[in-house]
Amino acid sequence: MVFGGPAGTGFRPRRARTAVACLTLLLAVAIAMFMTYDLKGSLDYALELRGRKVLGMALVGFAVAYSSVLFHTATHNRILTPSLMGFDSLYVLIQTLAAYFLGTAAFLQIDVRLRFGFEVLAMLGFAALLYRWLIGRGERDVYVLVLVGVILGTMFTSLTELVMRMIDPNEFTRLQDRLFANFSTVNQDLLVISAVCVALVTALSWPLFGRLDVVALGREQATNLGVDHERLVSRALLIVAILVSVSTALVGPVAFLGLLVANLSYQLTGTFRHRYTVPVAGLLGMVALIGGQFVLQEFLNFQTRLSIIISFAGGIYFIFLLYREANR
Amino acid sequence: MIEIENVTRRYGTTTVVDGVSLSIPVGGVTALVGANGAGKSTLLSIIGRILRPDAGTVRVDGLDVAATPGATLARRLSILRQENQVAVRITVRELVEFGRFPHSGGRLTREDVAHVNRAIEYLQLEPYADRPLDRLSGGQRQLAFIAMVLCQDTGYMLLDEPLNNLDMRHSAQTMGLIRQMAQDLGKTIIVVIHDINFAACHADRIVAMKDGRIVADGAPREIVTPETIKAVFGIDVPVHEVDGRPLAMYFA
Amino acid sequence: MVAEARQGLRGGWPTASKLTGWARKLEGRTLAGAALALLVVTAFCSLFIGVSNVTPLDVLRLDNSDHQTRVFIESRVPRLAAILLAGSAMSVAGLVMQTLVRNRFVAPSTAGTVSSASLGLVVATIWFGSASIFLKMSIAVLFAMAGTLLFLALVQRMKHTDIIVVPLVGIMFGGVVQAAATFLAFKYDLLQSLNAWINGDFSGTLRGRYELLYLVGGLTGVTYLFANRFTLVGMGRDFAVNLGVHYERVLYGGLCLVSLVSAVVVVVVGSIPFLGLVVPNVVTMTMGDNVRRVLPATAISGALFVLVCDILSRTIRYPYEVPVGSIVGVGGGVVFIFLVLRSRSFGS
Repeated sequence: MVFGGPAGTGFRPRRARTAVACLTLLLAVAIAMFMTYDLKGSLDYALELRGRKVLGMALVGFAVAYSSVLFHTATHNRILTPSLMGFDSLYVLIQTLAAYFLGTAAFLQIDVRLRFGFEVLAMLGFAALLYRWLIGRGERDVYVLVLVGVILGTMFTSLTELVMRMIDPNEFTRLQDRLFANFSTVNQDLLVISAVCVALVTALSWPLFGRLDVVALGREQATNLGVDHERLVSRALLIVAILVSVSTALVGPVAFLGLLVANLSYQLTGTFRHRYTVPVAGLLGMVALIGGQFVLQEFLNFQTRLSIIISFAGGIYFIFLLYREANR
Repeated sequence: MIEIENVTRRYGTTTVVDGVSLSIPVGGVTALVGANGAGKSTLLSIIGRILRPDAGTVRVDGLDVAATPGATLARRLSILRQENQVAVRITVRELVEFGRFPHSGGRLTREDVAHVNRAIEYLQLEPYADRPLDRLSGGQRQLAFIAMVLCQDTGYMLLDEPLNNLDMRHSAQTMGLIRQMAQDLGKTIIVVIHDINFAACHADRIVAMKDGRIVADGAPREIVTPETIKAVFGIDVPVHEVDGRPLAMYFA
Repeated sequence: MVAEARQGLRGGWPTASKLTGWARKLEGRTLAGAALALLVVTAFCSLFIGVSNVTPLDVLRLDNSDHQTRVFIESRVPRLAAILLAGSAMSVAGLVMQTLVRNRFVAPSTAGTVSSASLGLVVATIWFGSASIFLKMSIAVLFAMAGTLLFLALVQRMKHTDIIVVPLVGIMFGGVVQAAATFLAFKYDLLQSLNAWINGDFSGTLRGRYELLYLVGGLTGVTYLFANRFTLVGMGRDFAVNLGVHYERVLYGGLCLVSLVSAVVVVVVGSIPFLGLVVPNVVTMTMGDNVRRVLPATAISGALFVLVCDILSRTIRYPYEVPVGSIVGVGGGVVFIFLVLRSRSFGS
């Protein structure tokens, strides 16, 4: 399955740079609008509240986009995303399991930072397992990966539901409020840790981009060109696990967003080089979330949820991608 | 010099390469021949560290393939497998540029660009250079991959069935090119090939494998004889001399 | 990939047993017989599991005014009937669908049928709120059929489809339809009802509220009558036409049947994940692809699987109940992943 830019176009770096510039501008506009539109009451308070929301959305948009691009490279295809593979439903499951075994009260008392740390560790464990089981063994094909992923996702969701029912119904409501965070109730500590995590991970992985381009060529080509395929793939998956933990901890599962922005970014830049695709995808993710939320709350009066719109648009775009590939 | 010592590889319970030892000095074209499933491609992949052997070692210029960093090795040895599918959409030129990765790590210097252009020219790929790989015929794609490993500019080149997907003209051209690369550029080339006549015509040395072991090793004239062919492939084939070269008449 | 798709459209399972001829037939019968016996025993036990303590003796007294007997007649028996009917019908629907679309991974839940049915229900509730349950259900059925046909049209217009792209398109299509349903439900404050349709549950099954499911039982019988035709259509258009089967009529007729079954089940109990996917695959893996031969076993295994899950859902958090969909989701998922990985490792 070969996915990529529009037919017949070679890679032109200028186009990618234009895309980065335009999107940066768009992002600035979106942030400015979101921060200043229709300000009422105490200015300081409102700005702080909105600033926190914007930071949260920017982190999530970037983390989702970046993790999807990396996941595409690591699995050599452009339809799988961490969320399709059940990563974010697993995160919710881990939280629920922890609450079940520790008791809801004890669970909620643990310091947010500590909790987040443990959850990230558990996610890293899962990524390692997934890697060994599905990818490390070599020639598993894309079919199996997608199918197993979709099923794992459903299974984790079912299991979460099951565990939630095992918890006392009264405590359960309390837990649910905490587990399914939204941008307005984001915990400040969590926001800070997430920002640090994302910045750190990005700084550490930026130098890998050249080698990741080679990894995208496939295991054998990468080995021939002297790149340690296994090590890079496992590193990429670890980064993915951290990024997914961040985004899920902040807002819960955001299906399809990653798929949408990653593929749009390949299309816009006409390349698969990470130096271009990661920034463009990240910007797209942030613009989509902040701009989308702005339009939603100012013009549609919260009549719907952003995630519904993203699923709808993302699903249609995904079918279109498959359709186009199948009719080439 | 490539030294292979007691290399063994199993798939499940079947042993595909069985205690092979072989040394290949610098220079010239060595052809690995044998029936399907004889273990040629597996052996080649082990030399090129794409597969790990279950036992034994491979050394290239004294460096143990299993222990040497990938990047160091990639500047000395390149391997091209027969199935080359790339999951991303890239042009021929981009692919060839990746051949320079072991040398420059992704940022092309002027010298790298010269290498790229030379490789494209050498394989006469200029008309297709900016086309996406998946828009080419199987043969053209094969040539693009050969250009990439050529661009990698390594002393040793391992090619697995490079004539797959190629028509008569392109097969002859490619083998001629391999010959030429060995002669003009001083490369050491190991090529897996199933047509013994191509091997006889273009190789300096033929190594024949059967059931994971080496059964014959020598100059084409010593190998392409009815007796050896019978021993390797299990069929009776008359050998004629045509233009001073042995030719196995297996078509009849 | 394309080559692979052509060579084996349904990506054949490795047959577990190497038995042929009568030996295999006998093996199939024995399996089906054993499953049936197990089903009867489990069904009997399930009648006496629940919050109210009902024993066989209570029922034998046959006293209608008796609390135990009333629970038995009003709740336990309907519940068992609903489970058996829904479990077998959804499994058979999955079998028919995977045969007709010629893809192992296509089932009502992976082809948009189930989500279209729930969208239909949302629409019916919003705009025909006061209508009878039959009208609402008819609307759901229409939506289910339209969704399935749309999916099929989409897939048929794709030139190179391989075995995974088809269900993938179906799953995504289902997701889009689901998003539309959620959008409407959110706007008209129907999220709770929608959730009930999405998560299958038998706890609300009482006398007078499940009888529609008998329709589904009848439809499963109809499926059996047409089984041979479905098998032929599953072998491909050319093959079917050559043997004088009216390809289009059987294909669309079969899909209508599947849509009808799915819509009714969604209306009455809600959707049950993986059921139409896992059960037919397990059965055809051991017994081959002849619909007529595997249909009874599929129906029995489907009913048994749901019944066992339902008993678990009643006992795991006694006295509370856990939605049966969650249990099926976990159990079915494990089985299915095992199947997929096994079939692949055999293949290579």
